[in-house]
Amino acid sequence: MSQALQQERHVAAQSAEPRVRLRSARLAYGERVLWDGLDLDVAPGEFLAVLGPNGSGKTSLMRVLLGLQPLSAGSAEIGGEPVQRGSRRIGYVPQQRAVDVTVAVRGRDLVGLGWDGHHWGLGLRGRRERRQRVDAALAAVGAAGYSDRPVGLLSGGEQQRLRVAQALVSDPDVLLCDEPLLSLDLAHQRMVSELIARHARGREAAVLFVTHEINPVLPLVDRVLYLVNGKFRVGRPEEVMTSATLTELYGTPVEVVRVGDRIVVAGAEAVNNGVHHHVEGQP
Amino acid sequence: MTGLFDFTKTGYLLGHDFVQHALLAAAVLGVVSGVLAPLVVARRMSFAVHGTAELAFTGAAAALLLGASVGAGALAGAIVAALLLGLLGLRDGDRDSVIGAVLAFGLGLGVFFLWLYPGRARNGLSLLVGQVVAIDSTDLTLLAGSAVAVLVVMAMIYRPLLFASVDQDVAVARGVPVRVLSPLFAVLLGVATALGVQTVGALLVMALMVTPGAAAVRVTSNPALTILLAVIFAEVAAVGGIVLSLAPGAPVSTFVTAISFSIYLACRLAGRSRLRRLRV
Repeated sequence: MSQALQQERHVAAQSAEPRVRLRSARLAYGERVLWDGLDLDVAPGEFLAVLGPNGSGKTSLMRVLLGLQPLSAGSAEIGGEPVQRGSRRIGYVPQQRAVDVTVAVRGRDLVGLGWDGHHWGLGLRGRRERRQRVDAALAAVGAAGYSDRPVGLLSGGEQQRLRVAQALVSDPDVLLCDEPLLSLDLAHQRMVSELIARHARGREAAVLFVTHEINPVLPLVDRVLYLVNGKFRVGRPEEVMTSATLTELYGTPVEVVRVGDRIVVAGAEAVNNGVHHHVEGQP
Repeated sequence: MTGLFDFTKTGYLLGHDFVQHALLAAAVLGVVSGVLAPLVVARRMSFAVHGTAELAFTGAAAALLLGASVGAGALAGAIVAALLLGLLGLRDGDRDSVIGAVLAFGLGLGVFFLWLYPGRARNGLSLLVGQVVAIDSTDLTLLAGSAVAVLVVMAMIYRPLLFASVDQDVAVARGVPVRVLSPLFAVLLGVATALGVQTVGALLVMALMVTPGAAAVRVTSNPALTILLAVIFAEVAAVGGIVLSLAPGAPVSTFVTAISFSIYLACRLAGRSRLRRLRV
């Protein structure tokens, strides 16, 4: 994407109604405050990376927006309406996990569940539309070639393509991605994140992308939300990913170095108990 | 054993009401268990089926002792089991040990009830290994009614349940009430298991509730097709098992399990070459 185009899109995005809106949002479990006073607008087509150490509330933020976790204070809106459980406006891409070969589902079934899996009944009447939708979503992510194979036999990268198709098939306003690149190799990390960014932009969906590793998504990111120990910072990557900002957030010296087109953060691991590549558990 | 292939005797017995009742019951059971089996396999619930069957046996033994309907007793026992398992073992990690604990106690209780019951030996065995002649037309009505109820509820919850079974996190994110569906499916399993206790007996319910599903997922990954295949496999095993058991007068369950297991082996073999082909 050219610089000018990116600029133009950014301007257009800012004038539109935000897809996600948090106002004075606070989340605390007993004494422990994950974040407080969080104001956040995510515009249509915007790609927001959510970064931070384990336990900083990244997954909890996803759960709040999915309506699974009530805020301790403040408000959260999706598309101008308060968050609700099982919103049709949200597509969700989880981390890749092995699917057992004995679970009888094909790629197209997985994507189909994203379309109408939450409905009661057998859904025999909407079959034609379902098929068209699923085929279109499969084609969009380049998964049409293996859509009839059992999901359990597919590679991690192939499965994540299907998950992106599953999240996109219902044309959501917001895409919540919770560590979708975990356990993928570098080539697949890039492929999956570009897929997410491209389709979100094409459909004017806002993307919240939780990741512990910013580099695979760095060229795609519009803004960063960095959460650390109850503090946070929102801004463009070059504003947030600096030694000064992260040192302030972590409360301990953190060095941010640019190596080529990569960002290397040194010092934050110590705060994070030395475990950087670790799956954030649910609270 | 001379009567094992005595088809005149089989033909003669097929003319009798009690045999026809048994065949009808088996056919109904085949449909219900075939529909449930693929999801039992997907949700790794074979042990839960086993535990539920044991408690259905306990319920049936209690009913025998109290002079109530054995079918209703089995139903009550299985539903109590399903609710217990649903409530105690919501988390995957817990489930296995909870079932183990509940199952052992339930079986012990059932044995105790049978010991208290005067005509214990004969009836006790029939509850464990099944006895086709035990089914009368009242039982058949209860059976058919329960089966229809299970199928209707299953048709209602099938899509979200499949979603929750293959992709729990995304299903929750999309608003599927996973916490309601799990115990609900456990209750459906309980009802179906109770139906099975009367025909193939408590110990061998797995031959119909698990094996056909396990066989079907070996040969196809199309969810609708797994159900169709599992129903066919369960029908062949249940109805075929009863017909074959007639002439020798041997326990139904032996034949049902043998047929069911043969189908499973055949599907495993077929599935192996299928996987080899798909992996390339």
